[in-house]
Amino acid sequence: MATNQDMLLSIQDLKVYFRGNGKIARAVDGVSCEVAHGETVCLVGESGCGKTVSALTILGLISQPPGEIVGGRILFKGQNLLDMTEDEMQKIRGNRIAMVFQEPMTSLNPVFTVGDQIEEAIMVHENVSPAETRERCVRLLTDVGIAAPEERLKDYPHQLSGGQRQRVMIAMALACHPELVIADEPTTALDVTVQAQILNLFAALQKKMGMSLLYITHDLSVVAKIADRIYVMYAGIIVEQADASDIFHHPHHPYTQGLLASLPARGNRGKKLHSIPGQVPDPAYKPSGCPFHPRCDFAVTTCHDTLPEMCDDGKGHLSRCPVLYELRYETGGGRDQFIQ
Amino acid sequence: MKPEVVGINSSNNTLLRVEGLKKYFPVHRGFLQRLAGRIKAVDGVDLEIELGSTLGLVGESGCGKSTVGRSILKLIEPDEGKIIYGGQDISGLSRHEMKPLRTEMQIIFQDPFGSLNPRMTIGTSIEEGLRARGVRDRAKRTKRVEELLEMVGMATGAADRYPHEFSGGQRQRIGIARALSVEPSLIVCDEPISALDVSIQAQIINLLNDLQAQLGLSYLFISHDLNVVGYLSDGVAVMYLGQIMEYAPAQELYENPLHPYTQALLSAAPRPEPNDRGQWATLSGDVPSPFNPPPGCKFQGRCPLVEDRCREAEIGFYEPGQGHKVRCWKF
Repeated sequence: MATNQDMLLSIQDLKVYFRGNGKIARAVDGVSCEVAHGETVCLVGESGCGKTVSALTILGLISQPPGEIVGGRILFKGQNLLDMTEDEMQKIRGNRIAMVFQEPMTSLNPVFTVGDQIEEAIMVHENVSPAETRERCVRLLTDVGIAAPEERLKDYPHQLSGGQRQRVMIAMALACHPELVIADEPTTALDVTVQAQILNLFAALQKKMGMSLLYITHDLSVVAKIADRIYVMYAGIIVEQADASDIFHHPHHPYTQGLLASLPARGNRGKKLHSIPGQVPDPAYKPSGCPFHPRCDFAVTTCHDTLPEMCDDGKGHLSRCPVLYELRYETGGGRDQFIQ
Repeated sequence: MKPEVVGINSSNNTLLRVEGLKKYFPVHRGFLQRLAGRIKAVDGVDLEIELGSTLGLVGESGCGKSTVGRSILKLIEPDEGKIIYGGQDISGLSRHEMKPLRTEMQIIFQDPFGSLNPRMTIGTSIEEGLRARGVRDRAKRTKRVEELLEMVGMATGAADRYPHEFSGGQRQRIGIARALSVEPSLIVCDEPISALDVSIQAQIINLLNDLQAQLGLSYLFISHDLNVVGYLSDGVAVMYLGQIMEYAPAQELYENPLHPYTQALLSAAPRPEPNDRGQWATLSGDVPSPFNPPPGCKFQGRCPLVEDRCREAEIGFYEPGQGHKVRCWKF
């Protein structure tokens, strides 16, 4: 495994809490995660697990208060983003790290044309002539697969379809050739055929421009399609991390195992789906110890009061479940014996 | 040999049959609100649901699948077509005449947050159905509510609590309990799991399956998720711009998709298998607006196999296999 210095982005033990109504919601509670150059890393988790908060924190977009970054470091090429001033962050945000949001309609400004908005992204960061800027906009829109780009630049967001808007968002994100693109559920609001187009587009652009991609989603099928490495999040912590095929073929954590087994597919028609009992905990009322223990079939008494450490299998596959770790080494088995 | 154009033919244990259902929504524009055109949300849909089976209705957003579901329950008054429930044509019935049939057909909505009255306890919400059925004895109603809650896997104490105290998955269970309160035969499930977390989806799917086995329910399962529909349904209808493009038994449809749109949908739907990588075949463009669509095949704008004749006339159904119907010349 590469060391920290080689990593483009390295998040170390990040903790982001939110205060309000006399309660503390520990949205992100000790997350460590790394993205190498040119890599696609997926952060998977259900709603409320802290994946979006982690992404917003990287770009310094958490409003404080009510948010509070309690601890940790976010190293981007060795520099801690959390120590930077707002001016310094401005130079990085949209320039070296860009973000694509889930809702293209609410993230585009309805009173400016698409062209104005992409141009703004370029002009804020680079000193280029208006003519050159316009030309670059046209090229960007062509890159993201929009037909008749000169015409579209004069359009307002409401004149575009959902897929086109998301393409525009991607064009804006790519405007300054960022080294890292963070995509937060960029296809969740789109239809499957359009989703396939956008995912193809990400893959093609990544090949062409060589940027890294941190892709945040709840959809395991999308993850299977694009990820090199996967981090599985649950209730503010990473519960498992590994290469994509390892996660799908040999999930180590009971939560990952449960999630994968609960996916319906035409192949398992008629069989009862495995389901994880209970529900995702509220970040303000998280269970003690391992946050997954109330829903876990393997929980032992220690799970109730101590947060388990990450267990490494020696091949870069880490899982926060010592119970299954020991079981695995005693019996040497794979995934199948745990489920069913 | 020229293939034979066929309609949907019916069998004996058909619970619901829909023939030529149409619903156009008028669009008014300008200062004088003149009629500018019609959105052809549903444009001639034929369906059939057998007793105790599940029909999956798949399609992208705006294809009219929810409008079909609501028209069947007559929550939306269809413009044309017949809805035959248990041998009786209900399409012409008035609201009053529909009332006894309301206990036969129920709907579960997508949004479990918007479909429960926030000022009613769960018990009261579920009880409403019982009142409507004329169960006057309060003790009986309370007992039935508890039975229903137990049936959907909720603690009985839930009856006295309010919707905001429950999570999305629990609210969906409550929605199901409420639908079951009148002992229906048919439940229209309109994207019942789309708003739920992945780990909760499986719970609701299992619940729907168990209830079907227990009570012999029939479902019209409306969804955009091909994996879920393939898992749950006996038959699948694929909808595009207000029309059914392909209609077949589930296994047949997934193994042998014929219509170019079905093929595209299936190849675009990602599966949770990491070896399934790389570029995959996609359709170009977006779903067009159903506002004043061009004549001919609805799919012509995005079809990779489009020919001149596709642009001329409406295409009927062809039946290349037993029970497998497809709206495309190629067959």
